[in-house]
Amino acid sequence: MDAPLLEARGIHKRFGHAHVLRGVDFAVHAGEICALVGDNGAGKSTLVKILSGADAPSAGTISVEGRPVVFASPAEAQRHGIATVYQDLALAPDLSPADNIFLGNELMRRGLAGRLGFLDRAEMRRRATEQFARLGVRLRSNKAPVSSLSGGQRQSVAISRAAMWADKVIFMDEPTAALGVVQTARVIELIRQVKQAGISVVLISHNMPQVIEVADRIVVLRLGENVAEFHAGDVDVDRLIAAMTAGTPTARSPS
Amino acid sequence: MSTTTEPDREDDAETRRERLTRLFGGGWIFLLLIFLIALFAALRPMQFGSAYNLSQLTINAAILLVLSIGQTFVIVTAGIDLAIGAVLVFASVLSAKTMLWLAGAAGTTFGTTDASWLVIGIGSLVAVAAGMAWGAVSGWLVAVARIPALIVTLGTFGMALGLAQIITGGVDVRAMPERLVAHVGAGSIAGVPTLVVIAVVVTAGAAVVLHLTRFGTRVFAIGSNAEAARRAGINVRAYMIAIYMISGALAGVGAVMSNARFSTTTIGGHGMDNLTTISAVVLGGTSLFGGVGSIAGTVIGVFIPIILLNGFVILGIPPFWQTVAMGAVLIVAVWVDQLKRRAQERG
Repeated sequence: MDAPLLEARGIHKRFGHAHVLRGVDFAVHAGEICALVGDNGAGKSTLVKILSGADAPSAGTISVEGRPVVFASPAEAQRHGIATVYQDLALAPDLSPADNIFLGNELMRRGLAGRLGFLDRAEMRRRATEQFARLGVRLRSNKAPVSSLSGGQRQSVAISRAAMWADKVIFMDEPTAALGVVQTARVIELIRQVKQAGISVVLISHNMPQVIEVADRIVVLRLGENVAEFHAGDVDVDRLIAAMTAGTPTARSPS
Repeated sequence: MSTTTEPDREDDAETRRERLTRLFGGGWIFLLLIFLIALFAALRPMQFGSAYNLSQLTINAAILLVLSIGQTFVIVTAGIDLAIGAVLVFASVLSAKTMLWLAGAAGTTFGTTDASWLVIGIGSLVAVAAGMAWGAVSGWLVAVARIPALIVTLGTFGMALGLAQIITGGVDVRAMPERLVAHVGAGSIAGVPTLVVIAVVVTAGAAVVLHLTRFGTRVFAIGSNAEAARRAGINVRAYMIAIYMISGALAGVGAVMSNARFSTTTIGGHGMDNLTTISAVVLGGTSLFGGVGSIAGTVIGVFIPIILLNGFVILGIPPFWQTVAMGAVLIVAVWVDQLKRRAQERG
């Protein structure tokens, strides 16, 4: 089997006396949707921060496609093809979807105009439209500010942006927590589209039926340790919850 | 919520309300300007529409416009610059003193000096540099020390004005280079007053920078959501400092224009500039919450009070009514902005 896209081994994280992660192993393979679940305080958020470059581990190693790496910042993780969709989305509500997608990575005009700082708005809009089409995102308008879009559409813009700049792994922190039924279904569909586009997804969610429905693999953390790992199809909500709360040791396949 | 709630129809094109907002929501203040011009032109065509009156209107607007452009950049980032008028006074005093000294005249000289264009050039650079320095101080305190802009610029307002008074002993510098007064203050280029030419160049340049460049887009992004901009890898602190430096530099340009126009520094004459520019910017549709705004709007916002005052004077209405009318218009403008925002956030 090929080396995982992203792999963490023996990750420890201490905040003062709090030992939040106690030797967690985690791997993301090509072309999968992997869910990371666990009760509050299990260390999911801390692990995601470490894997996306927002925080540094106290101990442990991270490797991308088998090569060891150190992420000093989210930007550096992004250069390795790893991006995060934060729960607050980090969008500029007054800017258009295209401007948001290219924020910090703007396209400049060619030649002198570009060197003087002029933007190539037409090209940015064209590529943004292309990206939305690739992922099946339908926005009401490509020019209206993001603040005029629905919650689901904003989520779609944020995910499309991550998929634009990451070609390996996207972390999504509770992407459907604040959405209604119809919009949740669309975001789930979008997550599948991202996988189809060849980018692996790590989904952090509290919604167990949803996790079982979309994930190919489910990793369960409890109190900073791996307690279980399931493959889609051979787990139900009860077993998941048992693993999350009691840490019942189950089939932990060290694949 | 006047729109019907059909969750599956959300992909439809913009709603009627949004289309109206787009066409008139930001544009009603422009319609007000057109209305005022049409009204005064219809009531007193000879006086209001005369070439002399129109050129006086634009000259009156020129300095205020340059200051308001700087204020626009600051307010788009959700900041505020109360120091603008005091920085102008400080820069004009420093510039005037420098030109006097270089021309070899005594500090008590009245009237005009025969300083060369080189001296005037150095004096102008001193004014712009002094403005930028104050901008750098304000910007650093806002962006790095994270003190609210309202307090920081209230502080630099007092410091700049006080230092200007210390430098001059509270007495205006009344000797300006003859060439500066004749060619910049009272002169014209191809029939257009030089002060107006300067204001037009500054305005056009600022419009290009704010609306067409990466710098401008990032200014909007920072005003819209500074945290998102930071996570996108933008050096938000450097941008904030640069924004206040732009505002300070334009106050320096305003200082040169003011010296040229009045042939004296005007230490006591700029206490209200901050509020005048803020109301012009806000009238022009730039949101105090940041992220939304335009240079074109600011131009309109600068002209409304000036045309209102001019029209009242011509019609024989006591000019004090202009102050009353402007206060009311400003409140309405901010109210409309908030209603627009709420409508959008609901939608």
